[in-house]
Amino acid sequence: MELSLATRTVGEHTVLEVGGEVDVYTAPRLRERLLELIDGGARHVVVDLGRVDFLDSTGLGVLVGALKRLRSASGSFALVCDKEPLLKIFRITALDQVFPLHPTVDAAVSADSAGAGA
Amino acid sequence: MATVKLSFSPAPVHVRTARLVGVAVARRAGVREDLLDEVRLAIGEACTRAVALHRQYGLADPVLVEMSDGGSYAVRVVDRAPIEAGIGLTALPPDELANESLTDEALTTGVGFALLAGFVEDLQVRPVDEGIGTEVRMVWPVGR
Repeated sequence: MELSLATRTVGEHTVLEVGGEVDVYTAPRLRERLLELIDGGARHVVVDLGRVDFLDSTGLGVLVGALKRLRSASGSFALVCDKEPLLKIFRITALDQVFPLHPTVDAAVSADSAGAGA
Repeated sequence: MATVKLSFSPAPVHVRTARLVGVAVARRAGVREDLLDEVRLAIGEACTRAVALHRQYGLADPVLVEMSDGGSYAVRVVDRAPIEAGIGLTALPPDELANESLTDEALTTGVGFALLAGFVEDLQVRPVDEGIGTEVRMVWPVGR
């Protein structure tokens, strides 16, 4: 399934809904969209992986890149994921210790807002 | 024993094709349904690594994927990059993953190897028997 990207705003947070396959071919489009959002001023970004059915190392690299970029801009970055196969990928790579991972967008937004003192 | 060979130009767009073929042959060989996601991911990672190496070294040679089901399901992914390039794959510790100085390429390589090592119990990375290149060999049990 092709990559799909849709953006919406929840309070101070920009939520990027990703669907389909994120791999070595499609990950550059995800990277471009994240850069557009961050360059456009988004500082609190939540990436919703709820409709992703494949994610590889290239896609993970793009997500880490966005995390680093937002961290250096005093922003925040969180992921929404509740699918066991994807969660296993985060555990195996130890990236579950790098990303804030939440089961829902609401949980991600409220955890991030509480953490930021907003 | 049945064998399926796939050879593709080293372009990212073809990695998905290799994954689809690899999973189709795995299913046909009798690999358990609950292992197929791991087969798909591992074949994708091995092919992504091969494509990246060919592009890094400016090689137009095709990447070879060979699948066979003699008692187990074995997949070989063969690249033609200089052997040094295939050695020294290491998984990265968590505190280095988000390190500012780590390049995107190094991160993706480290994460890709962590996925291969994590998802494939029977994994070998070794020089090809003839010529230049590296072979990633992965084996899964078949449940028949």
